[in-house]
Amino acid sequence: MMDLKGVSVGFGAAYALRDVSVSIARGERLGIVGESGSGKSMLGLTMMGMVPDAARVEGAIALDGAQLARASERVWRRHRARKVAMIFQEPMAALNPLQRLGETVMEPLQVHLGLSRAAARDRTLELFAEVGIPDPEARLRQYPHEISGGQRQRVLIALALTCDPSLLIADEPTTALDAHVALRIIDLLVNLAASRQMALVFISHDLAAVARATERIAVMYGGEVIETGPTPQVLQDPQHPYTKGLLGARPGIGGETPGRGPDGRRKRLPTIPGTVPPLSALPAGCRFSGRCPVELPHCARVRPEPHRVSGNRIATCHLLGGRA
Amino acid sequence: MTRLLTPNLVLGAALVVLVVGMAALSLVWTPHEYAQMNMRDRFAPPSDIHLLGTDQLGRDIASQLMVAARNSMTVALIAVLMGGSIGVALGLLASAIGGWVEDLIMRIADIGFAFPALLFAIMLSAVFGPSLWVAVLAIAFINIPVFARVTRGAANVIWTRDYVAAARAAGRGKFAISRDHILPNVAAPVIVQATIEFAIAILAEAALSYLGLGAQPPSPSWGRMLSEAQTLMFMAPQLAIYPGLCIMAAVLGFSLLGDALRDLTDPRLTRSRQA
Amino acid sequence: MNALLQVRAVTRRYRMPRSSILRRGPVLTAIENVSFTLERGRTLGIVGESGSGKSTLARLIMAFEAPDEGEVLFDGKNLHALSSAELRLLRRRFQMVFQDPWGSLDPRHTVSWSIAEPLRATGAGEIGRRVDEALSQVGLRPQDGSKYPHEFSGGQRQRIAIARAIVTRPALLVADEAVSALDVSVQAQILNLLMDLQEDLGLAMVFISHDLPVVACLADDVLVMRAGQAIEAGPTAALISAPRAQYTRALLAAGGLMP
Repeated sequence: MMDLKGVSVGFGAAYALRDVSVSIARGERLGIVGESGSGKSMLGLTMMGMVPDAARVEGAIALDGAQLARASERVWRRHRARKVAMIFQEPMAALNPLQRLGETVMEPLQVHLGLSRAAARDRTLELFAEVGIPDPEARLRQYPHEISGGQRQRVLIALALTCDPSLLIADEPTTALDAHVALRIIDLLVNLAASRQMALVFISHDLAAVARATERIAVMYGGEVIETGPTPQVLQDPQHPYTKGLLGARPGIGGETPGRGPDGRRKRLPTIPGTVPPLSALPAGCRFSGRCPVELPHCARVRPEPHRVSGNRIATCHLLGGRA
Repeated sequence: MTRLLTPNLVLGAALVVLVVGMAALSLVWTPHEYAQMNMRDRFAPPSDIHLLGTDQLGRDIASQLMVAARNSMTVALIAVLMGGSIGVALGLLASAIGGWVEDLIMRIADIGFAFPALLFAIMLSAVFGPSLWVAVLAIAFINIPVFARVTRGAANVIWTRDYVAAARAAGRGKFAISRDHILPNVAAPVIVQATIEFAIAILAEAALSYLGLGAQPPSPSWGRMLSEAQTLMFMAPQLAIYPGLCIMAAVLGFSLLGDALRDLTDPRLTRSRQA
Repeated sequence: MNALLQVRAVTRRYRMPRSSILRRGPVLTAIENVSFTLERGRTLGIVGESGSGKSTLARLIMAFEAPDEGEVLFDGKNLHALSSAELRLLRRRFQMVFQDPWGSLDPRHTVSWSIAEPLRATGAGEIGRRVDEALSQVGLRPQDGSKYPHEFSGGQRQRIAIARAIVTRPALLVADEAVSALDVSVQAQILNLLMDLQEDLGLAMVFISHDLPVVACLADDVLVMRAGQAIEAGPTAALISAPRAQYTRALLAAGGLMP
């Protein structure tokens, strides 16, 4: 469906993405996990052809066989919405506060698909029902501020589905929502991917959300994908030191049960020392060197090769060995 | 860096430097004694001796313009400082206390807004007789509600910040918080407003002096020069044009500078500049 | 001896802005009849989502506002019955850490100035030495004090905010979503720091968060809030292993603790 090979996105001397290869098949759900500065949002934008003007894009981006790495904005625009759609973290910011929800969703149906007003209205009602909006008729006439955050995110999902995309990119779609609302949005996305045979790219810093939403996961650090594989396997048995550190640091996912140790003191969380360095100060070799607890002398200089751990699991670390 | 130097900023700053420079220079040097009359040399054309010529009483126009600039700047400065400090204090007070006190102060400010400065100046000069100080007081008065409103609006935003809550948790009082947290953080919009008000004050001073309510002879003022030139409009139009240009340069300069400063301190614009 | 903090049946209502000149605005009950007790040196976790009233509760405990009903007793004293001078003096004994590390430090003052603020307010001596001590307790260097907040990362800024909160050697620390804005790896560092400080200084803590797994790793007891009411409370281990309320189960699931 979509295939990225050795994609780099550079700003001056710094790389926001370096040598990223990911592919996603029809109906597949891929999670992209990372902390701030990992490049996960830039990867989402790259898949949408929406990188900032100042950026250099290298490598190959194929969408249903079409080469898009050097495609113009005009070419991308044809693909956007029709094939690739995107939803964002803050649903309020993505909706026009002065436009009724019905108009918002009907507009692309009329403009892109050339539907009549009545047909667009019917289609909007179908979409609202599909994304689980109760009483769709009444919603048509409401404004964004009149509905809850979860309902707004559903409206945006409906909007993203107007042109039946084969790939939906969701960038932190649940971060601004309350936990129990977030769970239902995740379940909705999972169901939509299955019923529509639509690929889903779920970008998030929230490991629990990604665990629930996806079947395959790509862990990013410093603009690179450092580990990828089936979601349950990666979360239960991480191979890359960064993935191990990240999972350990998040209470409730990996690690021990909380409480007090035998000495009566509370159990501390395992941590990754230091902070993510800025893009311009990332080490030339392994991006994680300098913070890695099991670093080898050459890690900071020499870039590790992706290593096939098993079947479809790949981790990029010197400790694991050479090329896949 | 280059994007900081917008045309507004460059032109505004240049005009301000020109006018302020004129005023400052007049403190130490003018081409001639500005009030020196010379009946044999009336309406002289520009020459080496009289850079811009002389007026109907043979006084050097360039010297008069320079001293008038100084008078204008002084009036505007004192008026904006007076009105500004009272307005900022009222705004901080309203914001710090809130409730009905805030409502009361802001309603009074609204009434002040509705009160025409000219009327107030005429009232004052009826009581105290016309003078430059009447102009200063009238302009200061109209500035109070403007600053009170700007300060209170900005301060109300700052009061909701977590660092103010932290200061309250630290046990600090409203006065200390207003001084240490609110005032430094509302300084930017207040300074921008002050620059714009400065331009308005120059214009107001010119208008009041034009009506005879401001600077009194022989003290020169752009507004009064304009009104004196009025009767001689067809005979010597340059007498009206020179002070007119000066008023325009000063008002335009401070207005542009204020606009440019506002753009620079607007966080939304700052963010787009960094992106 | 009194419990350090007793919250007794507090209710807080807000009047919404009026929609018409003739009618008063509707009343919103932010919290209703919430009670708990916190002993010295213990940690209470309060879990809830937006609109649960957990931040209102924090504001009542911090005496930023008063409850409409009920009372908050700190060390046996009713906070909302004290004179403002007495309250200000007592404030050094209960301090707060806020959610947003970018908004909780005044950008116009140096780090030392901000950390010293609670000392200055209550007229304590040896300000310089105590600020340096607080900086080193949170893992920063004394020379960091002369810098401005924008020179630090989010995690470091949260350390600074914690230093400000412990500089008066308080008995109680209220942390409202103190790690929510941080990346996972930084979050763990700050949680560990809070555990260190609590054990070393004998602090009692009210730790408020939407994130039950995070709360579970440092709280002795947990109070679950929803729509202004306490719907479940109990020792952390028991609450996690056998949640009674459906809502608590949803919070556990969202945190990845349950499938």
